[in-house]
Amino acid sequence: MFIIGELINGMYANIGSAIKERNKSEIQKCALAQLESGADALDVNCGPASRQPLVDLPWLVEAIQEITDKPLCLDSSKPAVIAEGLKAAKNKTIINSTTADPEKLDTIIPLAKQYHSKLIGITISAKGIPQNKDQRLELAATIVATCSEKEFPIEDLYLDPIVLPVNVAQAQMKDILESIHEFRIISDPAPKTIVGLSNVSQGTNVRSLINRTFLTMAIAYGLDSAILDPKDKELMDALITAELILNKNIYCDSYLEAYRKK
Amino acid sequence: MATQLVLEKWPGLISTVTLGAKKEEGGSRAATVKIGGENTLPILFNEGSIPNKPAIAFEVWDVPPEDWPEELAGAYGKVLSDPFAWADKCVNEYKAQTLCVRMQGAHPDFGDKGAQEAAKFVSALLKKVNVPLVITGCGDDAKDNLILPACSEAAKGERCLIGSAVQDNYKTLVASVLADGHSIIAESPIDINIAKQLNILISDMGLGLERIVINPTIGALGYGLEYAYSIMERARLAALSGDKTLASPFICFAGQEAWRAKEAKAVPEQGIIWEVITATSLIQSGADLLVMRHPAAAEKTAKYIDALFMNK
Repeated sequence: MFIIGELINGMYANIGSAIKERNKSEIQKCALAQLESGADALDVNCGPASRQPLVDLPWLVEAIQEITDKPLCLDSSKPAVIAEGLKAAKNKTIINSTTADPEKLDTIIPLAKQYHSKLIGITISAKGIPQNKDQRLELAATIVATCSEKEFPIEDLYLDPIVLPVNVAQAQMKDILESIHEFRIISDPAPKTIVGLSNVSQGTNVRSLINRTFLTMAIAYGLDSAILDPKDKELMDALITAELILNKNIYCDSYLEAYRKK
Repeated sequence: MATQLVLEKWPGLISTVTLGAKKEEGGSRAATVKIGGENTLPILFNEGSIPNKPAIAFEVWDVPPEDWPEELAGAYGKVLSDPFAWADKCVNEYKAQTLCVRMQGAHPDFGDKGAQEAAKFVSALLKKVNVPLVITGCGDDAKDNLILPACSEAAKGERCLIGSAVQDNYKTLVASVLADGHSIIAESPIDINIAKQLNILISDMGLGLERIVINPTIGALGYGLEYAYSIMERARLAALSGDKTLASPFICFAGQEAWRAKEAKAVPEQGIIWEVITATSLIQSGADLLVMRHPAAAEKTAKYIDALFMNK
């Protein structure tokens, strides 16, 4: 499982004020804590409150690059902001994200190609959030087809079925899980799959339990990657155990420790 | 159109363990032997790098072995009763690159020698021969915990490979090996889960994974060889896929197991064949160091290895 740490996001108070005050060490501390907990990459988002994302995102990228060469997941809905992040990045990058809208795809895919970046494609469009599995598959197919047309390598594409809060869209959970499996059979080579995990528990009062239960189920459906809080130890333990049960790692009594030694 | 081979690339790498230390490294060996270091499956030279050939260690005991079959004992003749002459013959006549000395004489049933005596023996052996040493205990845990630390100290700085640590008895040996600059044999009973666990337990004590050699425990031809083979193969696949806790070279006691088989003792020459087939099969499942007994079997296996590596 490719783990992307979600904690560098301006919507969190500590990060928001660190961005505002240009407090590099606070950002780096957060980056290190996530990497030590098992993150393979870091999501970087300056948050909705940022008044100057075109400057804030590159500043975040530079601050993080001083302490790690792990991939950075540049998180913004605005292509211009992502472009600034890509310019500043020396580390490998993942663009987070494009939708299935043609204008968006036409802008983002060339950027991803130009900077040899991986790309997250979320299955939404201007029409809104899909209501069922078929709509998700249709949007996924649009993204895959456009990437193929533009000769973007499909193995570098991560499809996100859009995880909705369980207290908002309970009826859709099963469709979301099944989409993870079906995205993988859209093309050969297969696109990878990803979820932004924490959304599933938004507004509930047992967030960690819901997060790790959903993640365990998603892993069973073949999920490749997740954006999550790696500092949630119980979540990470559940992730490691789910992969163990799928025979991805060899069991030993200290398998949790063994995984973390990697 | 020419057929294109599908080549597999692995992210993992087996650690390299060096046996022996030369003068400039603080030891007194004439040469060192490196094992491991491969980043692909055995013999697949096109898929990765296999920097070191599988090595052969000649097995030597500190006391004359009482139960070796005539054919095996006869190959060495009189020197079996003098461990130093035996070791000398292996090195000078059979050109052994390394010796595996079993401290059998410490066993309560085979002499019950003490720690001091064992240490003295190791010191003397190191003076007698100049190849790297593998040192193994007598198999009695309580006794090995007394003699192996003494042997380790006597060989301090010579970068020996000492064993065996097992899941229920590893702490004493790890502490000694760590202090005296050796590497350790981690032995598990044909059980990949225990092999992995033991490597973690040992590395948790501060002895790096790069100083561990796995003894997966093997069976001879007809006595579980394929079971050991599949365990080694699975461990190696996991290691090459990135599991560092299993990325250690393998040591296999091919001679010991082969000569236990009744078929090995049934017909002349068959024991040699039994040992060779056991050893060469294990090479194909990833063995990096083979401990062998009959000089003719060791010679045939060495030729086999040379032939495999000829076109490397």
